[in-house]
Amino acid sequence: MDELIFRFLIGGTLVSAFALIGDAVRPKSFAGLFGAAPSIALATLGLTVATEGRDYAAIEARSMIAGAIAFFVYALIVSKVMIRYKPPALVATSELMLVWLATAFGLWFVWVR
Amino acid sequence: MRIGLDVSSIQHLRLRDYAVRFVFGGIVTVLTGLIARRYGPGVAGLFLAFPAIFPAGATLIEKQQREKKRRVGLDGTSRGRVVAGIDAIGAAMGTLGLIAFALLAWRFLPSHSSPAILTIAGLAWLAISVLAWLIRKVIKKSNAARRRKVT
Repeated sequence: MDELIFRFLIGGTLVSAFALIGDAVRPKSFAGLFGAAPSIALATLGLTVATEGRDYAAIEARSMIAGAIAFFVYALIVSKVMIRYKPPALVATSELMLVWLATAFGLWFVWVR
Repeated sequence: MRIGLDVSSIQHLRLRDYAVRFVFGGIVTVLTGLIARRYGPGVAGLFLAFPAIFPAGATLIEKQQREKKRRVGLDGTSRGRVVAGIDAIGAAMGTLGLIAFALLAWRFLPSHSSPAILTIAGLAWLAISVLAWLIRKVIKKSNAARRRKVT
């Protein structure tokens, strides 16, 4: 339980810190870089190395490549949809999450697994 | 437009906006740990690049831009959504850095000091992301110049 609370705190802190930097920098397209900051990865990999060892963390990092490619596809589609059709941001970003899931698990299935 | 800091935009954020992102970040980090226990590190690793706070961030940008336009008597709904889309282009460039981060961690974590590798991977994320953003900007500029020449 203690480990989960620690994970929650460190994950929340790192994500908030990168988001805060993103809020403060200009222009907006540059600030967007911080929306894809390795905040969760830094929190998780650091803890995983400490609890499960480096090899275990490296396996997570390998799968992360597939997740990051999926994030790239997701972000590009979100930008195209938002600029062309102008739907509410929450609707577009939430519904298009299916694109991330399909791409990430598709890549994992054919390449990482 | 030059890269710079605009601290005034932080002052418009409410405590609730920070709290939402803190909670989302915390939840995804906890879930990644739980997924690793249940399904192994292969599946859990995918979620290290999960766009966890992306919807919250995009919604916040849309809201900020809308309110900014409303303060001068305009309906900023459409503008807010376009700016959220522009922010997403930046995120796409950031994911190229995220791929570099993951590659470095995967290749070098087993054989090198983990704090050093995570620091180097973090710096690589920043360098690759900024480089990708600059390259895109140059390409966009030259395309616009070419279009102007044609017309």
